[in-house]
Amino acid sequence: MKANIYRYDPEKDSKPYMQEFDIEIPDNKDIMVLDLLHLAKEQDSSLSFRRSCREGVCGSDGMSMNGTNGLACITPISAVAKNNKIDIRPLTGMPIIKDLVVDMSLFYKQYEKIKPYLINDQPEPAIERLQSPEDREKLDGLYECILCACCSSSCPSFWWNPDKFIGPAGLLQSYRFLADSRDTATSERLQDLEDPFSVFRCRGIVNCVNVCPKGLNPTKAIGKIKSMLLNKAT
Amino acid sequence: MVKQITSFSRNGLLDWLYQRISAIVLGAYFVFLAYFIGSHPNLTFGQWSGLFDNLAMKIATLLALIAFLVHTWIGLWTITTDYITERMMGDKAIWIRLPVQVLYSVMLSVLVIWGIVILWGGH
Amino acid sequence: MTKLKTLEFDAIVVGGGGAGLRAALQLTSSKLNTACISKVFPTRSHTVSAQGGITCAIASDDPNDNWHWHMYDTVKGSDYIGDQEAIEYMCSEGPKAVYELEHMGLPFSRTESGRIYQRPFGGQSKDFGKGGQAARTCAAADRTGHALLHTLYQNNLKHGTKFYNEWYAIDLVKNDKNEVNGVIAIEIETGELVFFKAKATILATGGAGRIYSSTTNAHINTGDGIGMAIRAGFPMQDMEMWQFHPTGIYGAGSLVTEGCRGEGGYLINKDGERFMERYAPNAKDLASRDVVSRSMVMEILEGRGCGEKGDHVLLKLDHLGEKSLHSKLPGICELAQTFAHVDPVTTPIPVVPTCHYMMGGIPTNIGGQAISPNGDSDSLIPGLFACGEAACVSVHGANRLGGNSLLDLVVFGRSVGMQVTKQIQEGASISSATNDDITKAMSRIDRLNNSTSGESITELRSLLQNTMQMHFGVFRDGKHMHQGLEKIKELEKRMGNIHLEDKSKVFNTARIEALELDNLFQVAKSTAIAAEFRTESRGAHARNDYTERDDENWLAHSVYWPTTEKITKRTVNFAPKTMEAFKPTVRSY
Repeated sequence: MKANIYRYDPEKDSKPYMQEFDIEIPDNKDIMVLDLLHLAKEQDSSLSFRRSCREGVCGSDGMSMNGTNGLACITPISAVAKNNKIDIRPLTGMPIIKDLVVDMSLFYKQYEKIKPYLINDQPEPAIERLQSPEDREKLDGLYECILCACCSSSCPSFWWNPDKFIGPAGLLQSYRFLADSRDTATSERLQDLEDPFSVFRCRGIVNCVNVCPKGLNPTKAIGKIKSMLLNKAT
Repeated sequence: MVKQITSFSRNGLLDWLYQRISAIVLGAYFVFLAYFIGSHPNLTFGQWSGLFDNLAMKIATLLALIAFLVHTWIGLWTITTDYITERMMGDKAIWIRLPVQVLYSVMLSVLVIWGIVILWGGH
Repeated sequence: MTKLKTLEFDAIVVGGGGAGLRAALQLTSSKLNTACISKVFPTRSHTVSAQGGITCAIASDDPNDNWHWHMYDTVKGSDYIGDQEAIEYMCSEGPKAVYELEHMGLPFSRTESGRIYQRPFGGQSKDFGKGGQAARTCAAADRTGHALLHTLYQNNLKHGTKFYNEWYAIDLVKNDKNEVNGVIAIEIETGELVFFKAKATILATGGAGRIYSSTTNAHINTGDGIGMAIRAGFPMQDMEMWQFHPTGIYGAGSLVTEGCRGEGGYLINKDGERFMERYAPNAKDLASRDVVSRSMVMEILEGRGCGEKGDHVLLKLDHLGEKSLHSKLPGICELAQTFAHVDPVTTPIPVVPTCHYMMGGIPTNIGGQAISPNGDSDSLIPGLFACGEAACVSVHGANRLGGNSLLDLVVFGRSVGMQVTKQIQEGASISSATNDDITKAMSRIDRLNNSTSGESITELRSLLQNTMQMHFGVFRDGKHMHQGLEKIKELEKRMGNIHLEDKSKVFNTARIEALELDNLFQVAKSTAIAAEFRTESRGAHARNDYTERDDENWLAHSVYWPTTEKITKRTVNFAPKTMEAFKPTVRSY
């Protein structure tokens, strides 16, 4: 198996390059791309990438594999390899720190901007706040986000304005709190989203939906935010 | 959260709404024009000019011109703020973006005023 | 040497998992200047992988449920070496801690009446074991850990905790009075070293499942806090106690929640027999984890394992129906597809007992203060605290019950926060470390940075993991363990000669892996020494040469002393504050 891996070390490289690794796959098994990277690192210990849970729930190893963003740990090489060859690059549109490691600070900043926590100005009851299973069901498809940034980094609007457009991941979380029957800050949250950038840079091209490794649908959530904004204003 | 003074309405929701409403106005206007041309296979200048003598057509055309102004302004503004930004070209972006925005604003205004003159200015 | 940059805080929390974030939240909301140092962005911590839920007597499923029953189960689950005062505290404070999480926004699944959904888990009973199976584990589908970790991170953002994400703590700084002053940490992105100075240092560094080659644990679970404390000469407790989770996906190791069996799934052998009926006639598949794991290994050893090699069993779920599986166990359906290539709706999942949880750790009291056991009295280690999996309070004893680890995190994360706040508000302080003390804490990283040749990190790591897997697994015996320990001693000589090839500064993960390997090694060595020392079978520690529990000699914690590499015994606490203690009896399910 040939793996073409994006390399850049700011301490010694003036510009990035692709390094070809020839990797022997043990027993010809259909391993995950993350396993492939570990094998590559055994050949060259200076190769850097993030990883943690290796089962698709922590969101560390979002990267571009043969042109499509995904999580390396749950992407079998058979799903992306063409002619026994894989190109592995960092997430698109984000500044590179080293090799496959990108600087996600703007991504996190957009997440923080939407106040990603429950706001409820009522006094807390002695037990939990009650919520019907129907109301709870409204959070399904929203709360599962793992902040891997596969979506936002495949979104052209986020490439152009990562400092102003909240991006699919942040907006999905924004809607997660707008949709929560326990949250009382709906109108303040909406007010914060009315400007021309935060939400309205979304053009509905559904790149985010296509790459989400958890099968979530940010475009739909953004549509719902737009309807809520319209509802509030009219 | 993000304040903008050169956007059409300075409000994302309003811009978004204006863009959709103006699209509908423009769409309806051009569908009607297409229908009119289609139903007059040998269209003469007289027929064409007669159409525009009709007060309802004058109003519709005026609306379409305004919709054109709004729609284009919002669209071009989006393009300038996507591509002509500090992130893309550094500090000089503002000295390109602002003139471009002024330029298309002036051009659009000229086009609309010119249109009004044609419509109401008499023969 | 140029003087090291120093950042000063009231308290630092090392670790951004559930325990660390809960502690940081408590400290920040008490207006203490708090830093949370995490080697990964906090939501990448291993708490995120917890699936089934958080066990707590909130009396939603059964209005008559009470925390005493939960306490009984936990004491019994611990095989009677859990400290009862601590267990009493955890079970009685639990509901408060869980309601707090709900108020913070944790999206728990709900019952028809709008309360938190609870599911049955292993080792749970009503009425002190006499009332049948209980359903006490509060769940957010099968993503409870994910929901909990994100909720805690979000609330830390709300309260303004200072995060040092992708900073790696290397070693504790302590002064000549054995007081802990903080840690030396490296910013992974730049390679910059900083001394984090604090009045309280809280280790919430999680587990170390990566000492085994087959584990449910994330790559990052390398026992960093344990390693740091051991190098500083502080004792460890019950390190022989490692939980093997019955249902790790065969081949991949990924966890399949006990909630699967809670929702009605069960294990079958190659004959399709529900074998747990033979080993645990009452609780069956919901017996305690140590019991189920041993039964599975017995089935495999006796030739009733599944697959070509007969080396695993199957977890059957298809009878639960597609709708129920997709609503209650959606994450498991995804994992099974990805890692076992089966759809649980139609096909059982191949599973095998897999290293999952470290019951042992840094001995602490209920307030999370690290303890140095000293005969019958305990002395406190000034400035050092621990919570979560890195700590041994001890609420899990020789075997942890499912759903009790998330509870442990939030209850003791919270209590360590309260304890530290109290001490600092009362004006507690420790004398400063000298430059020499700091230099001492830097010695490991300095040596690594100056290495010119020597041993390969990957090779030593896999040797260590294989040794632990072979010699300290589900079943153990003296001879075999002794051989394992010999291998570890061999490895120790090579460990001193690790070579870091790549000396670059920016995001050099090879350097971090080398530092982690030291910690893995310390954990493994203490485990091996403690395991060989305990000559009985109790909880997760099952010996073929000492098959019975021996309360006369071993109703005790083991304490590992790093400087002498010796083990001593420490009395188990049988003094809950509000009730009579549960006396050890025969443990059957």
